[in-house]
Amino acid sequence: MKAQQVKTETALEPLAPPTKNQSFWADNLRQLWANTWSVLKQLFKNPLSASGFIILLGFTLVALLAPWLAPPPERHFNPYMIPQDGYSSTPHPPSVQHPLGTTQNQYDIFYGLIWGTRTAFIIGIIVIFFTLLVGIVIGAVSGYFGGWIDEILMRITEIFLAFPSLVATMVLVTILGRGLDKVMIAFIVFGWMAYARLIRGNVLQAKENTYVEAARAAGANAARILFRHVVPNAIFPVLVVASLDIGTVVLGAAALSFLGIGAPEGYADWGQMINYAHNWILGTNDDKLAYWYTIFFPGLTISLFVLGWNFIGDAFRDIFDPRLRGTR
Amino acid sequence: MLAYIARRLMLLPLILFGVTILIFIMLQFMNPYARLKLYVRSPAELKGGTDQLDRLLVKYGLNDPFWVQYGHWLEQVAQGNLGWSETAKTSVLDAIQNRFPATAELTLYAIVPLVFFAIWMGVAAAVRHNLWADQFLRFITVIGTSLPIFVLGLFLLMICYGLLYRHLPSLFEGWFAPGRLSEWAQAAVRDSKQFNSITGMVTIDAILNGQWRIFWDALGHLILPVVGLSFSGWAYLQRVMRSSMLETLRQDYVTTARAKGLPEKRVIVKHARRNALIPIVTLVGFTVIGLLGGVIITETIFNYPGLGNWTAAAAIQLDIPSVLGYVLFATTLLILINLIVDLLYTVIDPRVRLI
Repeated sequence: MKAQQVKTETALEPLAPPTKNQSFWADNLRQLWANTWSVLKQLFKNPLSASGFIILLGFTLVALLAPWLAPPPERHFNPYMIPQDGYSSTPHPPSVQHPLGTTQNQYDIFYGLIWGTRTAFIIGIIVIFFTLLVGIVIGAVSGYFGGWIDEILMRITEIFLAFPSLVATMVLVTILGRGLDKVMIAFIVFGWMAYARLIRGNVLQAKENTYVEAARAAGANAARILFRHVVPNAIFPVLVVASLDIGTVVLGAAALSFLGIGAPEGYADWGQMINYAHNWILGTNDDKLAYWYTIFFPGLTISLFVLGWNFIGDAFRDIFDPRLRGTR
Repeated sequence: MLAYIARRLMLLPLILFGVTILIFIMLQFMNPYARLKLYVRSPAELKGGTDQLDRLLVKYGLNDPFWVQYGHWLEQVAQGNLGWSETAKTSVLDAIQNRFPATAELTLYAIVPLVFFAIWMGVAAAVRHNLWADQFLRFITVIGTSLPIFVLGLFLLMICYGLLYRHLPSLFEGWFAPGRLSEWAQAAVRDSKQFNSITGMVTIDAILNGQWRIFWDALGHLILPVVGLSFSGWAYLQRVMRSSMLETLRQDYVTTARAKGLPEKRVIVKHARRNALIPIVTLVGFTVIGLLGGVIITETIFNYPGLGNWTAAAAIQLDIPSVLGYVLFATTLLILINLIVDLLYTVIDPRVRLI
């Protein structure tokens, strides 16, 4: 108990060990919600993090309401493919039909951005879920068993960390062959290391608790002790860090799409929209900024998204590292 | 200290071994015929139909067991044969050698001002904590960390190149334009009678040759890529420097220094800043590593003919030998940078006795 309180140094209460009468999952979920709620309360005290939270709430709503905000045209089989209005390659400025204009090849910018929000969240959530899973298993096993298992797993972690991340994901995408699913796989393969290290450290502390000893004395096997007693008590800080990384993952995926090895042609994806704008930075001779809308709206959207995550991330760093509180 | 350096150096081959194993495992996802490109020394070898390909499979041992293949591949890599780059139409090693000076030039022009301004402004903001200069810098750094490099780059291009340069072409002669040099300068540089290529970095070569017009032209082309590449890194480093400085300013030894009557400037420079710099060293290492990825995007945006531009083009064409060449190059560089940072740490902060 004591060790954990020293570790997080926050107002968060450590998860109580499950008792006999309570259901394990209900108990843990309630505790998780209590922790989350106390963090959220602290988030709303700071105007910056509160505005970050509101920005992201807005994006979440856009993602959820996409079919109503930008209804796909009839007989359009895949809503994630941006509808094309004609085949002229020159972008057209904002109009009633296309509120934010059309980009290269008459893809509607508004539609692309709205459905791109969905793409962004889907990529972010799927990648973070699986990276967490891998990180938790490797980190927990490594920290709990220690010895040569720990040694081997941590050396493997170091090898994965030896790659520059964007370059490594690029290589894997190239080998597997283009596409958003490949991008997600690449991010999972090269993304779990930080979580594994973090959870390993927390497990090292959590496994010293007396209730772990009690569980062992009661005859629980290693897997049960690890995943029902140790991991639930070591997981919360990692969950926070991981949820903040969604922004980073979305940005990385957008970068790959921008380079042309992510989303397929015409797919609603922010990086792709910015890739299209690349060809239209030069206006016409009469109007030097004629195609400003091709870069402005996608650029604004993605920057606002990153800004939201940054605001919240800063506040979290304050909450989890109280030494820095008030220095920002 | 010596023992620590020795131990770190001994780890180096181990990590490189792990890295190459991992890359080789990734390569197993490709079919053997596609992997042949990693072994041939020119595309001519691949011509001649399936018979020839099968012969090559045997020649390069691609039907052998994993470890034999790995050993063979490693031997090739160690000899400098990284395969044929379809994108560059040369061998991968030549492509890297040809393009490295351009990228090194861009990175050097980015990293030096980045670190300098980050430290300077970080200290300035911390000293003026919560005054208007601090608030203004905070605003700029928030923008800096939120604008992705590819958005910032396109904005810069649109405004500086699309608008300023085209409105006032005589004022900004050759400036802000994409690429590395204007056409006339490119021709002049290629002409070996007038221009000796010594380092491969155009600005330095131009000075050595006394060609000041070429120097200014190259510098003008470098401005936008440098700003695009370094802005987010600068913003991040500035914020860390600022909080590190604020932390240090609250230490007892700073109060002592003030109490004994030292002038404020001396307190800040000698007592506070020196100690605040310690966490920055690690981060500068990370920033350089970040630039290795950043150049891919920056060079693509500004059409700057370096390693990053080539790698991005290769990735689009699924030209695996080229991308792999870059990853081997970047990873080796990264491991070395990490090593240097760790060693610097012991020099800068004598409290860290890493034994």
